[in-house]
Amino acid sequence: MPDDTRPLSPHLQVYRPQITSMLSITHRATGVFLAFAALLLAYWLASAAYGPEAFNRAQEFLESWFGRLVLFAFTFSLFYHMCNGIRHLGWDALWGFELPTLRVTGVLVIIISMSLTVFSWLMAYGHTDKL
Amino acid sequence: MINTPQQTKKLQSKLGRVRGLGSTREGVHHWWAQRMSAVALLPLSLWFVYSLITLTGTDYEAFHAWAGEFGNAVFLVLLVVTMFHHAQLGLQVVIEDYVHSEVWKMGMLLFVKYATVLFAASAIFAVLKIALAG
Repeated sequence: MPDDTRPLSPHLQVYRPQITSMLSITHRATGVFLAFAALLLAYWLASAAYGPEAFNRAQEFLESWFGRLVLFAFTFSLFYHMCNGIRHLGWDALWGFELPTLRVTGVLVIIISMSLTVFSWLMAYGHTDKL
Repeated sequence: MINTPQQTKKLQSKLGRVRGLGSTREGVHHWWAQRMSAVALLPLSLWFVYSLITLTGTDYEAFHAWAGEFGNAVFLVLLVVTMFHHAQLGLQVVIEDYVHSEVWKMGMLLFVKYATVLFAASAIFAVLKIALAG
C-alpha cells in the first residue's frame, strides 16, 4: 500500500503544460463528462416512454438556455473525444508517435472538433425556425 | 517494432502466453473491449448526432414515430448498450488511476458498474416500449 504522502508523478506543480499532456487530460475529462451525456440520453428516452407530459418537461429543459449550454458542451466533448479517440487508435496501430506528427494531429483534433460542433448546431437550427 | 513475437515469447511463460495474461493477470480484455466499443461508437454516434439535428424542435408524436421505426429503434438500442459499456470501461480506468483508498476504489467501481447497467437497461426498455407500444 502506497503512503498517502508519497508524491505523485507527474509533479503537477512544476510540470510545464504541453499540447500533448493538455490534450490527454482533456480526453479523460471529456470522457467523464460524456458519461453524464449518456445519463441525459437515458432520461430523455425514459421521458418519451413515460408520456407526453414527461417528454415535454424534458424538452423544455433541453430548450432552455441552460439545457442548450449543456448540450453544446456535450456536442463539443463528443466530437473532441471522437477525434482524439481516432488519434489513440492510430497510436494503437503504432502510427503517429513522432513529436511533429503529435503536434499536427493534436492541432487537427482541436480544429476539426470545434468545426464539427459549430456545423452541427448550424445544421440543427438551420432547418427549424425554433430558436 | 518494439515487441517481436520472439521477444515476447521469452518474457512470458507458455501458459501465460496461451491465456493472454499480462502483468495485471487480466490480459488485454479490458483494453480490447474499450477499442472495440470505441470503433462501434464512431458510426453510432455520428448517426445519433445526425438524428438529433433532424429531430431539433420535435414534439412527442413526431419523436415516437421516429423512434418507432425499425432501424432507428435498433440503432438506439445499440448506441445505448455500446455507450454505457464504453463509459463503464473508461470510468473504471479513471477511478483505478486517481482513487487510492482501496475501500473508496472498490465502492466506486461497483457503483459505476451497477449504475451504468441500471441506466442502460432503463434506456433499452424505454426504446422497446416506444417501438412496440407506440
